[in-house]
Amino acid sequence: MADLSFVRKDIIPERAAPLSETGVIGWFRKNMFSDIPNTILTIIVAYFIISVLGNILPWVFSPTWNSGSLTECRGILAELGRSGHGGGGACWGVIRERWLQLLFGFYPSELYWRPILAFILLGLALAPVLFDKASRKLLYLTAIYPFLCFWLIWGGSIWFPITVFSGFIVSYLGYVYVNKIFGSLAGVIASIALPIIWWLFITSPLSTLLQSIIPLGSESIDSDRLGGFMLAVLIGVTGIALSLPIGILLALGRQSNLPILKAVCVCFIEFIRGVPLITLLFVASTLLNIFLPPGSNFDLILRVMIMVTLFAAAYMAEVVRGG
Amino acid sequence: MTAIPDPSKQGFKFSQLLYDTRYRSMTIQIVSLIAILLFFGWLISNTAANLATLGKPIQFKFLGEPSNYDINQRLLDYTSRDTHLRAGLMGLINTLVLALMGCVTATILGVAIGVLRLSKNWLVARVMTLYIELFRNIPVLLWIIIVFSIMIETMPRPNQFRSGEAAMKLFDSVAITNRGVYIPEPLFNGGLGDIFLLGESSLRFGVSLDLIAILIVLFVGLFISKKIKTNADFIQNETGVRPTTWWKRLSIVILPIVITLWALGFHLGYPELKGFNFKGGIYLRNSLIALWIALSLYTAAFIAENVRSGIQAVAKGQSEAAYALGISPGRTMSLIILPQALRIIIPPVISQFLNLTKNSSLAIAVGYMDLTGTLMGITLNQTGRELETVLMGMAIYLIISLAISTVMNWYNNSVKLVER
Repeated sequence: MADLSFVRKDIIPERAAPLSETGVIGWFRKNMFSDIPNTILTIIVAYFIISVLGNILPWVFSPTWNSGSLTECRGILAELGRSGHGGGGACWGVIRERWLQLLFGFYPSELYWRPILAFILLGLALAPVLFDKASRKLLYLTAIYPFLCFWLIWGGSIWFPITVFSGFIVSYLGYVYVNKIFGSLAGVIASIALPIIWWLFITSPLSTLLQSIIPLGSESIDSDRLGGFMLAVLIGVTGIALSLPIGILLALGRQSNLPILKAVCVCFIEFIRGVPLITLLFVASTLLNIFLPPGSNFDLILRVMIMVTLFAAAYMAEVVRGG
Repeated sequence: MTAIPDPSKQGFKFSQLLYDTRYRSMTIQIVSLIAILLFFGWLISNTAANLATLGKPIQFKFLGEPSNYDINQRLLDYTSRDTHLRAGLMGLINTLVLALMGCVTATILGVAIGVLRLSKNWLVARVMTLYIELFRNIPVLLWIIIVFSIMIETMPRPNQFRSGEAAMKLFDSVAITNRGVYIPEPLFNGGLGDIFLLGESSLRFGVSLDLIAILIVLFVGLFISKKIKTNADFIQNETGVRPTTWWKRLSIVILPIVITLWALGFHLGYPELKGFNFKGGIYLRNSLIALWIALSLYTAAFIAENVRSGIQAVAKGQSEAAYALGISPGRTMSLIILPQALRIIIPPVISQFLNLTKNSSLAIAVGYMDLTGTLMGITLNQTGRELETVLMGMAIYLIISLAISTVMNWYNNSVKLVER
């Protein structure tokens, strides 16, 4: 009797997956049309995208780049027969004409190289902080960058930032020498007290004196001429850089076992987090002059920077505490 | 006897204050306390000296003087002859109204977008990601101004309704114009009227008795409905069969309200075009609408991220276990995933609500008269009392923030996982 059992002797070769499951079609089936609700959702969203783009794109792509005025721009659009809500198209002429002002505010145009140089140096100064591969020597640039940036953007006598910077050198020298003679604690106290005395009483007369001996400096620019994107980056970078250390200190204070320090930190953080930034800016513009000694008047941008830094520091403190 | 000598018997040395760990923390604290007190003393003495020079001692008499300015969007009665205090109150109420409206819509939108971002549908997930990134990365002030200018530029003028170029929406009940949105107002024929509290003082306000009656009926209905649910739970635990209750619960809430509304003669007052503008109905100014939309969309993007992270934080094994037990996807979501996700979602959402309330102070950019616009804006400019107004404004914002965070923490505690 013949053996009737069917036993396959050889393995069937692998076949490609069906066309509907692979490639573009398969991907679409799997990710967009897997079942009926999914298909409905896809169709609704696709319709939404098309209708939004259909309204926005014609408005964005309007040939008004070279128009010199609003009337001229409207004229170009009317010639094309485009009208409707909002004039039927964007008037880009204003951007072409004013983009330098949007970037720099009312900064004198012949001195634009100064903020540009400051921002290029900002990239160099940040490099050793952000990337391990960058040369360590750039750290020296990072250390002097804040003063350099101040001098580049505001101008004026070069001696002022230099004397302010030498406050840190005074602090270091004070620590080294007092530490040798009176011990480490006195060294720490000296490293804090000496630069404060330096900044409060010596900086301003010394820089005036040096300026009168060796007049070195560049054209000084008033704060109210700064503006635009430059100002945003300036305040932003200052706020980020300064709020991190203050925030870490506040977070440590909030976690510490010392009840008075802890209470102070908690009050500060909760107060700043409880009020809107705009009220703090109101304080900067109206109240700071009342809180400070009579006759003292310091720069509006500096006031705003202080407030933004304090505001960011309170939030940073909570982030640090959470982490 | 112990060999360690008691240090207190050896006399107290001054250097112990710094080098002895038992006293060092106390020293640091006292030194810092003195430094802080000195700092505040310095600030206060400066302030006193400055105020004396300016001839403006701190006093709040200006709050009782007539304000002489109008507030265009308000809930209570107010004229320019009212006091600065009442103007501030109007601003406060406007802030609260905006914050409440924004929080409600931002939550709804945020939850929907957060869930949709996790959708398996590629297109939907990508669109939601785009939305979130777009709104999180552009400052809210710009969004407010963008929405405001879109409202002004693209919505029809009231006179276009007359010429037939534009039409009212939703069965002629809602008119969207570039000045704002007019919606129908609830009116009562046989209404109970209002009661006026606090007489003629600056803080007077009227409360509609009709509203109170409806709220009472609503809460009684909800209470009975809750009782029915407890009863049904009890029966289910005893017998294993859950009685059908949804129609009972629905009708016990809705029927009494319908009856109350009918008894009070409820009807809607539609806005109508009269002269150059719409009359009647509730008028929501374009500034309010722009703020509402912008703040909702902006905050919704953040809430969506909180919701997504909360849902993703619930271990996948939980839902797989639920499917293994044969629980349907909908019930898995509502009974297993959401209760666990809520614990993670609520705390960051609280801080988003706080952010929204604080961001509402940007209303000043589009001329919505909130607390910043009245008390810290026009009142400050008219009276020159910057110290008093700004401090009052900050104190009020602080109180609002603390109140919201207290209420939400209380809610958070009620849904928190009870660990045994």
